[in-house]
Amino acid sequence: MRVEVEAVAWSVGGRTIIDDISLSVRPGTVTGLLGPNGSGKSTLLNVVAGLRSPAAGRVLVDGRDLHRMRPRLRAQQVAYVEQHATTGLDLSVREVVELGRIPHRGRWRAGEDGAGRLAEAMRLARIDQLADRAWQTLSGGERQRTQLARALAQEPSLLLLDEPTNHLDLGHQIDFMTTVRGLGITTIAALHDLELAAAFCDRLVVLQDGGVVASGAVADVLTSELVAEVYGVEATIEAHPRTGRPHLVWHGVRVGDLVG
Amino acid sequence: MTLLATSARSRWRPGRGLAFAVLVVLLLISIGTALRLGSVALPLDDVLAVVTRRLGLGSSQVTLLDDQIVWQLRMPRVLAAAACGAGLAVCGAVLQSLTRNDLADPYLLGISGGAAVGAVSVIVLGAGVAGLSGTSLLAAAAFLGAMAALVLVLVLATGRSGSLPPSRTVLAGVAVGELCAAYTAFVVIVSGQNDAARRVLAWTLGSFAGVRWSIAVLLMVVVVLAVVGALGYAAHLDAFAFGETAARSLGVPTERVRWTLMIGTALLTACLVAYTGAIGFVGLVVPHMVRLVFGPGHRRLIPLGALTGAILLVWADTVARTVMPGQEIPVGVVTAAVGAPVFALLLRREARQG
Repeated sequence: MRVEVEAVAWSVGGRTIIDDISLSVRPGTVTGLLGPNGSGKSTLLNVVAGLRSPAAGRVLVDGRDLHRMRPRLRAQQVAYVEQHATTGLDLSVREVVELGRIPHRGRWRAGEDGAGRLAEAMRLARIDQLADRAWQTLSGGERQRTQLARALAQEPSLLLLDEPTNHLDLGHQIDFMTTVRGLGITTIAALHDLELAAAFCDRLVVLQDGGVVASGAVADVLTSELVAEVYGVEATIEAHPRTGRPHLVWHGVRVGDLVG
Repeated sequence: MTLLATSARSRWRPGRGLAFAVLVVLLLISIGTALRLGSVALPLDDVLAVVTRRLGLGSSQVTLLDDQIVWQLRMPRVLAAAACGAGLAVCGAVLQSLTRNDLADPYLLGISGGAAVGAVSVIVLGAGVAGLSGTSLLAAAAFLGAMAALVLVLVLATGRSGSLPPSRTVLAGVAVGELCAAYTAFVVIVSGQNDAARRVLAWTLGSFAGVRWSIAVLLMVVVVLAVVGALGYAAHLDAFAFGETAARSLGVPTERVRWTLMIGTALLTACLVAYTGAIGFVGLVVPHMVRLVFGPGHRRLIPLGALTGAILLVWADTVARTVMPGQEIPVGVVTAAVGAPVFALLLRREARQG
């Protein structure tokens, strides 16, 4: 799905969180949304997910205005995985994944349709073995995979991930991103980890103070100048010894940058 | 650790159709038993004879007295109790999901407090508005009080953009409830009537005494509509499992759903409270019981909860009118006496698992 974000702004209580953000995402690519805490990554992702209406600008998906679509139709095409989903209910993994079928169900239809879709979603997220487990007993990595399966059950053309690897250990981080990469679905992921972004994304968009400071191919965006400017970190960008992709080696925080 | 992992983790749940059928049979047995029991205990054959004759299914001979007792006195009362139990359970299930609060019950939005204000005003400050009997006047006043409380809660809780955040709604409900309680206590104390406090207390705890057919039918129609309506929102309610943002990302228009269901449950509760008083614990406990056995999915929780609530309240009312010879105890006393220990058991079970 082609995504065009056009001069989008969003503010709360008179404070502008993101302003005049434009970007364009080609179908089937993985775009990494980078930026320090408070730069507006999550807000932008929320707007693109249709969860918040922009104060200005618009978001087009395959040429259609996302915020004018009926919520149910939007949810059939755009799926969103939040950073840290929690519930107090005693749901099984299958029941969580089934939530993803809600946008495809009529109000009075019984809940047995799409059994094949559910199985497929669980297979793609590699949780078929967990189907009967209780959500509450899952590890962080398993939970995130379950949420990914729920999102896939929506059969989305656009997948939005809000810092999906935040609570995962290194192995699960790589594992999760490898799975996402292999789906072939247009994906926008807010990420904290530059290493992960460099390894798994086609393109990067860097936000700072609610605006875009850089965007483009990974090698063009991820430079030591940008890392210094946006994160206040001194770093060298090298080629990964095996993949040849950009790879970041940091030296330390630039003196004075984190003061105040 | 491993024992827990294997025993508590199996996710077998009884089929919805089977569970529904079993609960319907249990409800019919409960109603049959409730019709037998009372100041005069009747044999089941006589009860069945009256019911089948009245339903036009048989023409067996019945005595006028049996007919009076079973069909005119007990039947409306038992049916009203069933309807009320079903309605309270559905309200509780819906509100617990919407607010993501395990303690939510039908009286959450200050409704019982508002109803009490109306009822107390009539009981203490004197009935006697022309053209209305005492009972209907009491019901009308309680309904109006409940509506006024609901409006006040909504005014307090609604944000600028028309949002209705659950936490603020619960707090507004608590505030309005306390205000109503203060009024009720004040009026009862200053009235100086010895009888008033007892009558107000009795009303507050609920009773199905003197329920007529017209009221029973009204309550049944309202509750059936409410159950069907709530079932139409089952998927939307499921979507709230991971919170409001998750629900919205699944295409649920969360604000509209919340407004519709909050006002719907409030209207239903107001109807129930107006005729029977504030019967506690059914709306709180039944959804938890049903979730434990049948899982949290609302396609099961709503119909099965309604049946469980109906069975529970039919029995509670039967106990209330038979346990002390020659005297009725408020049905709210029975539901609390049963509901509190059940709730405590659920809490301990959860504490052991957590």
